[in-house]
Amino acid sequence: MPIHDQGYRRYTGIRAQTGRAWSVIATAGIRTLLAKRTFIGLLLLSWVPFLVRAVQIYAAANLPQAQFLAPDAAMFRSFLQQQEIFLFFITVYAGTGLIANDRRANALQIYLSKPLSRAEYIFGKFAILLALLLLVTWLPAMLLLVIQVMFAGSFTFFLTHLYLVPAITIFSLIQVATVALAMLALSSLSKSSRYVGILYAGLIFFSQAVYGIVRGITRDTRMAWLSVPLDLQQIGDAIFRIEPRFAMPVWSAFLVIALLIAASAFILERRVRGIEVVA
Amino acid sequence: MAEPGPVVTLEGVTVTYGTNTALRDISTTFGAGAVGLLGPNGAGKSTMIKSLLGFVVPNQGRMRVLGLDVAEAPLQIRARVGYMPENDAHIPGMNAVSFVAYCAELSGLPRVDAMQRAHEVLFYVGLGEARYRNVETYSTGMKQRIKLAQALVHDPELLFLDEPTNGMDPKGRDEMLELVRDLALNKGVNVIVSSHLLPDIEYTCRDVVVMDKGRVVAHGAIEGLKQPRGRVFELRVKAAGGPERFIEQLRAAGLECHATDDDVMRVFVPGEGGAQRLFELAAAASVQVRHLRPSVPTLEDVFAQAVGEE
Repeated sequence: MPIHDQGYRRYTGIRAQTGRAWSVIATAGIRTLLAKRTFIGLLLLSWVPFLVRAVQIYAAANLPQAQFLAPDAAMFRSFLQQQEIFLFFITVYAGTGLIANDRRANALQIYLSKPLSRAEYIFGKFAILLALLLLVTWLPAMLLLVIQVMFAGSFTFFLTHLYLVPAITIFSLIQVATVALAMLALSSLSKSSRYVGILYAGLIFFSQAVYGIVRGITRDTRMAWLSVPLDLQQIGDAIFRIEPRFAMPVWSAFLVIALLIAASAFILERRVRGIEVVA
Repeated sequence: MAEPGPVVTLEGVTVTYGTNTALRDISTTFGAGAVGLLGPNGAGKSTMIKSLLGFVVPNQGRMRVLGLDVAEAPLQIRARVGYMPENDAHIPGMNAVSFVAYCAELSGLPRVDAMQRAHEVLFYVGLGEARYRNVETYSTGMKQRIKLAQALVHDPELLFLDEPTNGMDPKGRDEMLELVRDLALNKGVNVIVSSHLLPDIEYTCRDVVVMDKGRVVAHGAIEGLKQPRGRVFELRVKAAGGPERFIEQLRAAGLECHATDDDVMRVFVPGEGGAQRLFELAAAASVQVRHLRPSVPTLEDVFAQAVGEE
């Protein structure tokens, strides 16, 4: 029977250079979430619209009577808009506790006593949301493009709509980065993930409600910039080169989103610290 | 063999939180081996450790850890030190072995090595049997051990232990102190133990830095600090109206005096002729000396003298 030394031994193995700890945080976070059945169920559900669109593309490519289903840029834009509901639920499920739970368990001082900077910690947490949200936006949208080429048996649509590749990529990144940063900022404000969920829902629905009231009074869509989801929709329309649905200028939507990202970054810079000082 | 240089150096460090000054122009060094950071609550011990880790940026002054400037190379320093925080701290939703292995990976160890080290360190701190339990279900004593494990897993050259025996039962406390001693004496790990408990420091450390109100009030080898620059006596007296007036008279005469748990007081008499002087003062105050015994100075005497506590 082997005798195991259970005393303390010095470590003589290799050590990675500083700067890669964010990937450890991201990998561990994604692994933890993928181990949850509820989350896997949510992910599978979020791919149902992809299956529906795949059937639509198949029918348009193979059935002459289904030509009215032929894909165009608006279809891809519409698909990404449909995914917004899953974007919301996955952001809430995966994002609310990312920093709030660490704050509740005083984990920040554990993290920041290791060789990683605050920016690396935030980027690691951001990467968790980024990867999971792109999994239900960018990835299925790009796969739909691939499926279109496969079912049509030609590159004609792909080549005439080549701009869809950067459009899907850029819009998905803007959409995902905005919600991920906003969620992280809210998560850093509280030690309760439930409270963070309420705050996030408030940000989305309250801004929508305020715009609804203003629109009801003015009967004008120029104030749509008041709603964060509508700002993203307006940006999406512009990126996909389709008719914008609101009368507000696109730059105002970009400005609101840029301000939201800047505010989120500011909050994260203030809140993610190894020591909490109550002066 | 030459004495190794200091592992930590502070030069004129001042830290303020708003209007509250936590560290006041501190200049001191921590040598190799085990060094105690002793002081009452609020003395600035935790702030000093957090400053050395780079959590708190000093208003002025310079700090060096393991030869590296804290302001210039905080990440390189953190790769070589371990930190056991004072309060309850863990990564939520993980069992002990996952938590400790995760901390090792964060410190740069490859995944396989991290897992192996996590198992080894958990056995070392006495959590081998409980290593697959969720950390949130641990008792206070077990949480102290897991905090030590996460600080040790990457094999640091220097360990900062902030109140390592907080909330532990006597047996657990003894075991924790044994671990700290073993690390410092047998495993070659430099340790800075912050505590307000004198026996913990006296048992584990060779040197001590005593702090009070954000200042270093004594510094050096414990044995050296305990060397009498006078003599210490245990004294019990009978005085009309209680011993308080006599204690005041002793202090007025320039003698350090503090009460112990019993009705015995410990009196430090500087210079020569200690017992004679005490008898003279007692006679002058019409106080009967019922018990007088020379005593060996303890760290408590040093602490009381430095901090000026009763």
